[in-house]
Amino acid sequence: MATELTSTEAATIDVRLAGRLGAFALDVAFQAPTHGITALFGPSGCGKTSILRSMAGLQHIPGRITVAGEVWQDERRFRPPHQRPVGYIFQEASLFPHLSVRGNLAYGQRRAKTAETSIRFDDVVDLLGLAHLVERAPVHLSGGERQRVSIGRALLTQPRLLLMDEPLSALDRLAKDDILPYFEALHASLALPIILVTHDIAEVERLADHLVTLKAGSVVSSGPLNPTLTDPTLPFARGRESAAVLPATVVRRDDDGIIALDVLGTEVLVVNDKLDVGRHVRVRIAAQDVSIAREPSTNSSILNALPARIVGIDRLGHAEANVRLSLTEGRGFDFIARLSQRSLARLALRDGEIVVAQIKGVSFTATG
Amino acid sequence: MLTAELWSPIRLTLELATLTTILLLIVGTPIAWWLARSRSRLKEVVATLVALPLVLPPTVLGFYLLIALGPDGLGGLFGGLVGMRTFAFTFEGLVFGSILYSMPFVVQPIRNAFEAIGDRPLEVAATLRASPLDRFLTVAIPLAKPGFLTGAVLGFAHTVGEFGVILMIGGNIPGETKVLSVAIYDFVETLRWREAHILSAGMLIFSFCVILSMSVLARRSGQKVF
Repeated sequence: MATELTSTEAATIDVRLAGRLGAFALDVAFQAPTHGITALFGPSGCGKTSILRSMAGLQHIPGRITVAGEVWQDERRFRPPHQRPVGYIFQEASLFPHLSVRGNLAYGQRRAKTAETSIRFDDVVDLLGLAHLVERAPVHLSGGERQRVSIGRALLTQPRLLLMDEPLSALDRLAKDDILPYFEALHASLALPIILVTHDIAEVERLADHLVTLKAGSVVSSGPLNPTLTDPTLPFARGRESAAVLPATVVRRDDDGIIALDVLGTEVLVVNDKLDVGRHVRVRIAAQDVSIAREPSTNSSILNALPARIVGIDRLGHAEANVRLSLTEGRGFDFIARLSQRSLARLALRDGEIVVAQIKGVSFTATG
Repeated sequence: MLTAELWSPIRLTLELATLTTILLLIVGTPIAWWLARSRSRLKEVVATLVALPLVLPPTVLGFYLLIALGPDGLGGLFGGLVGMRTFAFTFEGLVFGSILYSMPFVVQPIRNAFEAIGDRPLEVAATLRASPLDRFLTVAIPLAKPGFLTGAVLGFAHTVGEFGVILMIGGNIPGETKVLSVAIYDFVETLRWREAHILSAGMLIFSFCVILSMSVLARRSGQKVF
């Protein structure tokens, strides 16, 4: 029967929805892991907010939603929003104006239905830096502070899933920079799956572990972050800003201001004088910053020359090409080198060949 | 200076207006909520019924009420249950009539306040595990407080100023149905200008204070009254 759980549903968040929303048809099916941050990415009007609202039960689009083995919605059942263990962060913080910050935080905490409290008031206040704000009224808070309170309020309902609808888009640049470290802290300290709706690729690169892309009411792709970003059939890899994004750990600091990063078992060197050994970071390797050589070069200024296998060549227009590379050392990861087609011809690069990938530089998208 | 003859209608009027306002807040709140949130097609019909006393001559409303409250109407039917022959020309009948007559003045501001809240705070409360009743009590009502204040003050003031309906269904029984407006009419009829002056001036000051306090309240909460 369709209402029985399948074995994959027990360990994932499974969403299948098909219906009309006014003049707009939504037909999506995707799975997200029950850990880490899954980004729902797409242009405005692609249906990502409707999906999130359906997951919270705020909207009823026909379909089936299961979360870690629990059916929240199917043909016969529809769990109302107040009976779903979700925390929902709206685009605007939407704090209750008639309650203080403490009152807002306590509102969901008092109504949490779980037997044991795993997320405590003081921990949330600590994690989100709210200690000096708790007695204030929401009107006296800045945009970033309000959004932090709304995140704390959602966390105190002891959710099993956190749903975030473009939580940063209403904030200006400064407020965003102010709040992003808290998101990363959240990500690092809580074993709570997060579904993040966003149209900002920088947010995806900085926060997401898993990426679902949407367009006009349909799912275009769904998969782990880096394989999706480097997938030649998707627009990410073909774009000007194409990059690989990978988790890394600082393993060594040298006296000359160079740090060594462990990126999935491969050592990558970067000029940096801030990060300490042991820090977990995310590195972004832009396709434009990767070049290819036939032989290891001893007379180049490039710090990172890594042996890699060419796993695919995709021509972009008539002048440029993406060469997809897979590291042969460590656990390996895929990244892209953006070359001119003239270089491609001069080096006579072929699929499957081992070459030297020269990485000119990496940037950090997150330093949580 | 104020004799029992003057005090009695004042006390009666205040009793009537207080009781009417309390009952209207109880009856009017669910109606206002339904009018603000429902997508039913009946909504505008109900809204029109509630608003009817705004345009209906009080004598028309009073006439139908008189028939309804009388011994041959519902008044006789329900009156029999509590040992009364009729609700016409009684204080209870006045309360019933006043509730209908003042209803738009209470329901409309509360409905506006509920509509002004929008969906978002209620959705937030739902995701914070609040049931529908919980959301109504802990989010909708506190956020609609200015509307309740406006509705209560307008409902009270409008009931105090009621005349036509009272004359039709209440008559002029001292201590039972002889309220302020009727008393003033009576004093003028019998050429007792001094008493008419005292009561009228009192009403004038009362009305001025009501509208002034409403405007101050409205300015503070940033909402429109009328």
